[in-house]
Amino acid sequence: MSGNTLPPKERMKIPRQAMPEQEADLRRHTFTEVNQGLTVLGATTEALRCLECAKPVCMTGCPVGVKIRDFVELITAGDYLGAASKIREDNVLPAITGRVCPQETQCEGCCILGKKFEPLGVGYLERFVADYEREQGRIGLPEIAPPTGKRVAIIGSGPAGLSAAGDLVRWGHAVTVFEALHEIGGVLLYGIPEFRLPKEIVRHEVNALGQMGVEFQTNVVVGKTVTIDELMTEDGYDAVLVATGAGLPKFMDIPGEHLSGVYSANEFLTRVNLMHANDFPKYDEPVFDCRGQDIAVIGGGNTAMDAVRTAARLGARTSTLIYRRTEAEMPARVEEVRHAKQEGIDLLTLANPVAFLGDDEGRLTAVRCIRMELGAPDDSGRRSPVPIAGSEFELPVAMAVVALGTGANPLVQSSTPDMATNRKGYIAADPETLRTSKRGVFAAGDIVTGGATVILAMAAGRTAAASIRDYLDTGRWDGEPPSPA
Amino acid sequence: MFPILEAEFLAPEIKRFVIEAPRVARKRRAGQFVIVRLHERGERIPLTIADGDADRGTITLIVQGVGKTTRLMNMLEAGDAVLDLVGPLGEPSDVRNYGTVVVIGGGVGTAIAWPTAKAMKAAGNRVVAIIGARTKELVLLEPELREIADELEIVTDDGSYGRKGVVIDPLCERIMRGNRIDLVLAIGPVRMMQAVAEMTRPSGIRTIVSLNSLMVDGTGMCGGCRVATKEGTRFACVDGPEFDAHIVDFDVLARRNRTYAANEAEALETFRANPNAALEFVRRSCRLDRCHAEGDLAEVSSS
Ligand SMILES: Cc1cc2nc3c(=O)[nH]c(=O)nc-3n(C[C@H](O)[C@H](O)[C@H](O)COP(=O)(O)OP(=O)(O)OC[C@H]3O[C@@H](n4cnc5c(N)ncnc54)[C@H](O)[C@@H]3O)c2cc1C
Ligand SMILES: Cc1cc2nc3c(=O)[nH]c(=O)nc-3n(C[C@H](O)[C@H](O)[C@H](O)COP(=O)(O)OP(=O)(O)OC[C@H]3O[C@@H](n4cnc5c(N)ncnc54)[C@H](O)[C@@H]3O)c2cc1C
Ligand code: FES
Repeated sequence: MSGNTLPPKERMKIPRQAMPEQEADLRRHTFTEVNQGLTVLGATTEALRCLECAKPVCMTGCPVGVKIRDFVELITAGDYLGAASKIREDNVLPAITGRVCPQETQCEGCCILGKKFEPLGVGYLERFVADYEREQGRIGLPEIAPPTGKRVAIIGSGPAGLSAAGDLVRWGHAVTVFEALHEIGGVLLYGIPEFRLPKEIVRHEVNALGQMGVEFQTNVVVGKTVTIDELMTEDGYDAVLVATGAGLPKFMDIPGEHLSGVYSANEFLTRVNLMHANDFPKYDEPVFDCRGQDIAVIGGGNTAMDAVRTAARLGARTSTLIYRRTEAEMPARVEEVRHAKQEGIDLLTLANPVAFLGDDEGRLTAVRCIRMELGAPDDSGRRSPVPIAGSEFELPVAMAVVALGTGANPLVQSSTPDMATNRKGYIAADPETLRTSKRGVFAAGDIVTGGATVILAMAAGRTAAASIRDYLDTGRWDGEPPSPA
Repeated sequence: MFPILEAEFLAPEIKRFVIEAPRVARKRRAGQFVIVRLHERGERIPLTIADGDADRGTITLIVQGVGKTTRLMNMLEAGDAVLDLVGPLGEPSDVRNYGTVVVIGGGVGTAIAWPTAKAMKAAGNRVVAIIGARTKELVLLEPELREIADELEIVTDDGSYGRKGVVIDPLCERIMRGNRIDLVLAIGPVRMMQAVAEMTRPSGIRTIVSLNSLMVDGTGMCGGCRVATKEGTRFACVDGPEFDAHIVDFDVLARRNRTYAANEAEALETFRANPNAALEFVRRSCRLDRCHAEGDLAEVSSS
């Protein structure tokens, strides 16, 4: 099947293809996508680098087990649409994961080439075929099984909910996705900015699911507008999947957190991504006017990186990332850190805020920080930061964004008392089947694991979908005999 | 889309809407609110559910035009629709039989207090309502309150109706006279709620206020609505909007509510330059398929 006739030695000589990017000094002022995507030539060349291993270890690094070698072979054979369908067998959102997965710790981290050379650009290739497919307007919709007459309610429209919806609808179940916000997509829409993940792509994927028959209901807050019990008893859903994410912002609990100009990353990013505050007053929602201001973002993950790069694009004079460890420990994707630096973001590492300072009007004027040093390794094996006594200093800023992670939003759990949660308020679900303690109710994604990644949420969504199918087919819960009905 | 079935002005700049929202109508309880987004480019604003009819599947909102979004909403008529409406949000009022409940409504706060006042009456309380407005024509819901309140006192700033003064005057007198008060519910401008809190604090009268912080999602995911209390940070949209007045830091609330003053002024100015273009925008936004809206609307807003 492969069109790759190059001997392995020759393959290794080809350098990894670079991702065409928008110039840093241009892109700092716009929200258009930074990465431009490989050209057909670039993608074909990159695909030729694949050694087509007999036992492709790259696959073991992919949380959903995309058949990487097979789809790459289809690219070398020039069958891009075929490659796209091959990916879609395991991954329903390739245009998205190709852009936002931390490939360096997943598929690409396992690639054999990476031992001596640079790993195969799996993410770039995945993105290429998904974009090609979309541009051709030929997204390959899978076959839909005849209706089973069973109905499934999915709560939350992030990657976990969407991937579960895709599978369940394919198997002939009637699927309704309930979303609290006015648009579908979860973090893909309100969290990850346009310059990394164009919203048009998210909408495109959502449309494809709609064409497959998934019903979407926005403006429904489960736990408030309707409860899980009502969905099952009054509305007649046979099973429910809770995929509500980990959307509760954490604050630092330090003085001055109520000053105007102090935001949670969720609020700051939602105002810009979901509400288009960067286009105020064309859009009605405002956001802090960063133009000419000094701003700071606290944290070292993807969320912090997204917030600081967003602030730079809103016209900030200086944008500083404050992180309590060193750059090496930052959990953000390597590419994002590199992009941020290119865009002029200042990294202030080994520092931690202790207070926000303000003026008489209640507006933020500075962050007081303390310097840190790395001490002994903690439970996670990472060296934990320890404050250096007497090293406090002030960083003048007009806006600060706190991006220190999120927790479980209790709305669904508190209105469903017979569904068990763990100590931190996440939903307790059997790791293999993702069943909760409540009959007919499953849970997947960040609401089970805590904040994780898009692909893990998608993988969990698929696992849950498979157990839901099983439950709907057998009527069995926890090994009990099939119900007489 | 949520169709508007009835729309009528109750007072200048204050309009009552009956909107079709069956799920919200079935679920809502006194003290809860909805978040409304009028059109494709609109912001999300919180509005209290003033009343509702589960059988008809409708809720009632009473809106005071103070800035761009509320003024634009008040241009809508029966037959129009709002694009997004979500709820009921927030914790319902803690309705119990307390004994004597004094309900204080300042301005549009009267409309926000009304559903809880009604529920308090139904729970067996003696309800004393004190409502205030700048001037006679702005007095809200007088007939509705007469129906449920055991006593109703009306106060206007200029004395054009009822007694002259502010709503805390009658409360002050009652406290001085030693009248029995088991609970005070005060809803209105921040400074008015703060004054009530200070007045009841010395005598330890349980006092509840409904806080009007800025909101985005209304479901607890952004923290934009956070309020400082003696017991720590709380989110008004999920922990409130009603709070024990004696633990709230009203200065922080007042300052946070001014965060976007400059933007709000700019938005209002742009809107006032051509309110009909904005209205046309809402009407198209709520009629067309979302995907088509963008392109068509571009011409409207630039005109
Ligand atoms: C700013 C940011 C950047 C990120 N960048 C990356 C990245 O580059 N790569 C990566 O792999 N991961 C990234 N992540 C993490 C990733 O986005 C999440 O792990 C993933 O989205 C989790 O998916 P989910 O489906 O579990 O939940 P979510 O995406 O959070 O979706 C949950 C949905 O449920 C809705 N909901 C919540 N409660 C209710 C309710 N009661 N009723 C109805 N609906 C409800 C929410 O509104 C939301 O739409 C990032 C996260 C953030 C915040
Ligand atoms: C839980 C809750 C329930 C509410 N219920 C009602 C209601 O039933 N009827 C009603 O008319 N209003 C209600 N409000 C207030 C309403 O949300 C605001 O008036 C509205 O958001 C203003 O939007 P705007 O664009 O028209 O004005 P903006 O341009 O945003 O603001 C104009 C002016 O209004 C004031 N303002 C802004 N936001 C608020 C706010 N949240 N509360 C009070 N004043 C504000 C500011 O001083 C500002 O200068 C409620 C607020 C909350 C938090
Ligand atoms: S409005 Fe976002 S948390 Fe309350």
